[in-house]
Amino acid sequence: MWNLAGISESIQNGLNRALSPAWALTVEMIIVGISVIGLFAVLGLILVIMERKVSAYMQVRLGPNRVGPKGMLQSLADTVKLLVKEGLTPDKADKFLFNLAPFIAMIASMLLLVPIGFAKNFQIWDLNIGVLYLAAISSVSVISILMAGWSSNNKYSLLGAMRSGAQIVSYELSAGFSILAIVILSGSLRISDIVMAQENGWWIFKGHIPVLIAFVIFLVAVTAETNRAPFDLAEAESELTAGFHTEYSGMKFALFFLAEYVNVFIVCGIGATLFLGGWMPLHIGTWKAFNHIMDYIPSSIWFFGKTFFLIFVIMWFRWTFPRLRIDQLLNLEWKYLLPISMVNILLITLVAIMQWHF
Amino acid sequence: MIEELMTTEQGDLVINVGPQHPSTHGVLHLVITLNGETIKKVEPHLGYIHRSIEKMCESLSFRQFIYVTSRMDYLSSHINNHGCALCVEKGLQIEVPPRGQVIRVLMDELTRIASHVLWWGALAMDVGAITPFFYAFREREAINDIMEETCGARLTMNYMVPGGVMFDLHPNFQKKVHEFIQLFKSKVDEYDELLTNNVIFKARTRGIGMLSYEDAISYGCSGPTARASGVHCDIRKLYPYEVYSGLQFEEIIESGCDSYARYVVRMKEMRQSLSIVEQLIDNIPEGDFQAKTKAVLKLPKGEFYSRVETARGEFGVYIVSEGGMTPYRIKFRSPGFSNLSALDHMARGQKIGDLVAIMGSLDLVIPDIDR
Repeated sequence: MWNLAGISESIQNGLNRALSPAWALTVEMIIVGISVIGLFAVLGLILVIMERKVSAYMQVRLGPNRVGPKGMLQSLADTVKLLVKEGLTPDKADKFLFNLAPFIAMIASMLLLVPIGFAKNFQIWDLNIGVLYLAAISSVSVISILMAGWSSNNKYSLLGAMRSGAQIVSYELSAGFSILAIVILSGSLRISDIVMAQENGWWIFKGHIPVLIAFVIFLVAVTAETNRAPFDLAEAESELTAGFHTEYSGMKFALFFLAEYVNVFIVCGIGATLFLGGWMPLHIGTWKAFNHIMDYIPSSIWFFGKTFFLIFVIMWFRWTFPRLRIDQLLNLEWKYLLPISMVNILLITLVAIMQWHF
Repeated sequence: MIEELMTTEQGDLVINVGPQHPSTHGVLHLVITLNGETIKKVEPHLGYIHRSIEKMCESLSFRQFIYVTSRMDYLSSHINNHGCALCVEKGLQIEVPPRGQVIRVLMDELTRIASHVLWWGALAMDVGAITPFFYAFREREAINDIMEETCGARLTMNYMVPGGVMFDLHPNFQKKVHEFIQLFKSKVDEYDELLTNNVIFKARTRGIGMLSYEDAISYGCSGPTARASGVHCDIRKLYPYEVYSGLQFEEIIESGCDSYARYVVRMKEMRQSLSIVEQLIDNIPEGDFQAKTKAVLKLPKGEFYSRVETARGEFGVYIVSEGGMTPYRIKFRSPGFSNLSALDHMARGQKIGDLVAIMGSLDLVIPDIDR
């Protein structure tokens, strides 16, 4: 049941038997498209309820507990509510851009799901430039935020969007450098190669202190890139009410909201893939018996376990720290994180050349 | 001067913060002029919840008008009532029995703790940390439960009357307060762990919202806001009322002049208030809790003024009496109004995120400003 690769293989074989190759490919693409949309929605719902439960746990309260068992269907009920709500468009808004922005946010985060390896041999498209693709597409989401902020004709939205633009563009550098560290060590941009390079141990254990530094910088940078506290300046609710999506309501708001949570899943998935071995079970060097036992746990459980652990860490940040100010935020990136990651890249290159990693 | 204020240069962004805004703690309306993210000017607009309480008081008797004052600074309604009761007692020269005095001080200090706890949570929320707010409400709830038993109310207490307090203490009061003291001692330390030493919180409050000693005096600031600028202004020390002169407590004065100093003053005040409660709770004298007063109070012709230290600063009550059953004129000196007037001075040149942190550190209660 947990062997996702088996499912995809049997679908492939069945389609090839029944249809001509071209039609089989078309049907496969449709199935993939539908499952991405499904994944987008399901992940969003799971993460929203998870966030609410985690925050409730940290804030000495119960959290949602009315809809469904232990409130687990609360986000489903909220989605229905948002679907039937009126989608208001402000009077003097740029209507085309205003309505387009949430869809760009959604499409960007859906596209990001493409190269992620959810399990062994279970990937939508194993691109040979997988990591580069992720870095490229993740910058698209800033366009939607700027669009939303500009077209809303609201000063709060504009301020939030400008903050967000400065923030995402800055923190992409550090995130990129951290990703580059693993690319140097693995010697490939392809996600499956990066995962296979961690067969005898995850990079966070194999790569000495430089990889640990890269991992911490990666966590900080992606927290900022996904606009989450303590870097949630784009929607800082105590300053800008709701930032760039102040004017959005109904399903258009929900799309922004879901895209934000799916982005969190994606960056945590990338982090898990690069630093914690993706779907690769915990292998320790030459311990054959131990490695064999670990292989019994399905690869999809490894991937989702690691990803949800990182998501929990990022949620933990959000409910613990106060928010930074915009100048402090940019200072942190340009004066500390970027120089550190530059030096760190040199160290990693040295480690890779001298074969010092395990 | 007015021309200078009226003109906005090309490219300035004028934003209405409020009256509906999550961090103005009520219906405060600020018109801020921004240059990018930097604040050029802050202009508070008042009047959204003006209920003309002072005018209303002119048609209420000297017993009745005290209840209206609970609706002013709703977070320290005990202390507001106390100030009014003191003023009436001054006019009628009523001596409050010792038990009544001690109960009043106990309630005042519990109120101060409750108010500071709420302020702590709200300030944390203003700088972006949401979790402390829930921790703060947990402790405030314990105080509210104590108040509810004795006063029958949780927010607008109406417990102090001319001559003492309205009812005697609830039999559970001492036990519950003892429990609260034990609980709260560990919780204040938890607050410190959670926020005081947080690097981001320090970066957000240190050197932000500077209010010098001279400015604090010239803007008429009082309470923790002024004491953080080094002004010696605690009414409980300067003009002791009730049993404060016989109590061991410190007046907290900091010299930091910034938001962080205001934060530290209030954190230390919570501990001082707790020690006052500790000193008094086992030494409540027996006897009457209320002095015998006439059914109808008539203040002699003249002017009377009394002042108390609320959680936010100096609260003054000024009564002009013509000898009738109702005051001829009443004026309240509310601490929030003067403290708010310094906001523009403090916020100029800071970022928009800091404005919220500065407002939080002033501990504004809007109905107190807008009476």
